[in-house]
Amino acid sequence: MSSLTNWVQSEAMENRKESARRIAYRFRQNPLSLVGLGIIGGLVFVAIFAPYIARHPQDAGYMGEPAVDFANRFAEPSLAHPFGTDQAGRDILSRVIFGTRYSLALGLFVLTFAIGIGVPVGLVAGYVGGFVGQALMRLTDVFLSVPPLVLALAVAVPLQPSLRNAMIAIAVVWWPWYARLVYGEVVSVREEQFVEASRGIGASRLRIIFREILPNVMAPITVKFSLDMGYAILIGAGLGFLGLGAQPPTPEWGTMIAEGRAYLPAQWWYSTFPGLAIFLAVLGFNLLGDGLRDVLDVEVD
Amino acid sequence: MSDATDDRTDDPLLRVQNLEKYYPITGGLLKKKVGEVKAVDGVSFELGRGETLAIVGESGCGKTTLGKTVARLHEPTGGSILFDGQDIGTLSERELKPVRREIQVVYQDPTSSLNPRKRIKDIVAEPMTVHDIGTKAQRRERVVELLRRVDLPEDFRYRYPSELSGGQQQRVAIARALTLNPSLLVLDEPTSALDVSVQAKVISLLEELQDDLGLSYLMITHDLSLTKNIADRIGVMYLGKLMEKAPAASLFDDPQNPYTEQLLSAIPIVEESEAAYKPDRISIQGETPDPSDPPSGCSFHPRCHRTVDECSRTEPELVDVGPDHTSRCVHHDDTD
Repeated sequence: MSSLTNWVQSEAMENRKESARRIAYRFRQNPLSLVGLGIIGGLVFVAIFAPYIARHPQDAGYMGEPAVDFANRFAEPSLAHPFGTDQAGRDILSRVIFGTRYSLALGLFVLTFAIGIGVPVGLVAGYVGGFVGQALMRLTDVFLSVPPLVLALAVAVPLQPSLRNAMIAIAVVWWPWYARLVYGEVVSVREEQFVEASRGIGASRLRIIFREILPNVMAPITVKFSLDMGYAILIGAGLGFLGLGAQPPTPEWGTMIAEGRAYLPAQWWYSTFPGLAIFLAVLGFNLLGDGLRDVLDVEVD
Repeated sequence: MSDATDDRTDDPLLRVQNLEKYYPITGGLLKKKVGEVKAVDGVSFELGRGETLAIVGESGCGKTTLGKTVARLHEPTGGSILFDGQDIGTLSERELKPVRREIQVVYQDPTSSLNPRKRIKDIVAEPMTVHDIGTKAQRRERVVELLRRVDLPEDFRYRYPSELSGGQQQRVAIARALTLNPSLLVLDEPTSALDVSVQAKVISLLEELQDDLGLSYLMITHDLSLTKNIADRIGVMYLGKLMEKAPAASLFDDPQNPYTEQLLSAIPIVEESEAAYKPDRISIQGETPDPSDPPSGCSFHPRCHRTVDECSRTEPELVDVGPDHTSRCVHHDDTD
């Protein structure tokens, strides 16, 4: 018996190893997604260890107000300041490094909020259906009918411009996309017999929605999360650029581009390097999201 | 026991009376009701403890709806379902919860009836989780016991459904149905998604479980030959109505209804001995009619080989044609 047991167990483990191998294989088939994974890993690392990586953390406002060094203003990129310095003589590389923290935090907050609201709305609307479902989805449609950036502006303008309020504005814009994605998935999953089987066992609606259906819609949510991190960062930087997000001298990428715009083209490095950082972050999350889409074999949008 | 149970003549586990499940057909802008499909139309039967009743019919005849309505996965639109003396037809979802421990369903397609994202141990333990029964250790022990019961290695509990074959998945579905020691299993085509070789094993497992645990089975199937060995009694269903109901032996030896004759005739003969069951070969003609617009009179008359003029005018009632044997056909009146 024990040899049979061992055999069965090892076979199950083999199966699981096999599926891990398949995931690794599919990831390898798409080398760009590995690049994306590398970029994101790098950004997360930089964000966490920013004070140790940046040569001039005090220029980015680490432990106090950003330092100024007017003697050193508008230094061209050099070994001492690889990205140059700004109008107050602050090291732009250090500020870009700290900017990673703001952008990742903004993306995470926005999407946590969007998923926290949108996913339950989609789950309930999709499973319960009827009048409640219709009402929830029509409300969702109202939000979806306005272009995201325009709606985010409309929400941000009456609020005090700050990073926190920019996050709130974007989050308000973002949840309906998750509601709609999840709604579509739930409508097909709820017809599966295991949902009826669970009802036959006596499971409550809440249990069926969150324990039976939710695990089956996690894959598209994961893919969309990864793709959306890039877009959320982009919109956050956009609000910063328009002066509706983080305020100077906060080292937020969009805010820095807006500040540097006045000094183009002579001091080109001021706006260029924060812009490249945004580009890199958006690219990384997009590549990773595309890779995940292939690995998890789901359709989004 | 309540008063309602006192006047029972015998003590069936399940007594279904005049059960109806009508689906409205809506149309137009205002979703006005323009008609209805009588999926289950006045079905009555009894099911004793430890007994198997098979409901047989072609696809679309309402047999699955009947089974699921009895298990209260659907709400009946009329009639009553007396389970252990209690009418469960009108109970709310909350009131049904204790009843759900007693009635469990095994579905046709195990790949769909098991959640692909859950391990076998969580699937089999789910009824205990839902009804908040037992400690973690007790649940684990029960899962092992149940897997052994359905002849699966206990280590399968760490697997996901997709790592099992169809027959193994169906055994898991059976184990889940048994978790809370129910008294009635509704078996909805439990073998029709399986290979023929696996079918026989699952059927013999079900028979063994019935003997050991005293279960009652309401078995829904389109395969009359499958019922011969396992069913005590058989009901033949057509367009929402029972056409004939009889003990298995009488149904095979002495079918009274032309529809049953046709179904029996459609079973392929494998052994010579089986030929004895068969009336002269009669092939079923035509397709099942549109259930939203059933034929007048006897709903089977357009396809029947014994149709007379009267069939399209009067709808025959179920009449006694032998001991515990009823059938619905205009010809029964002639012979009286």
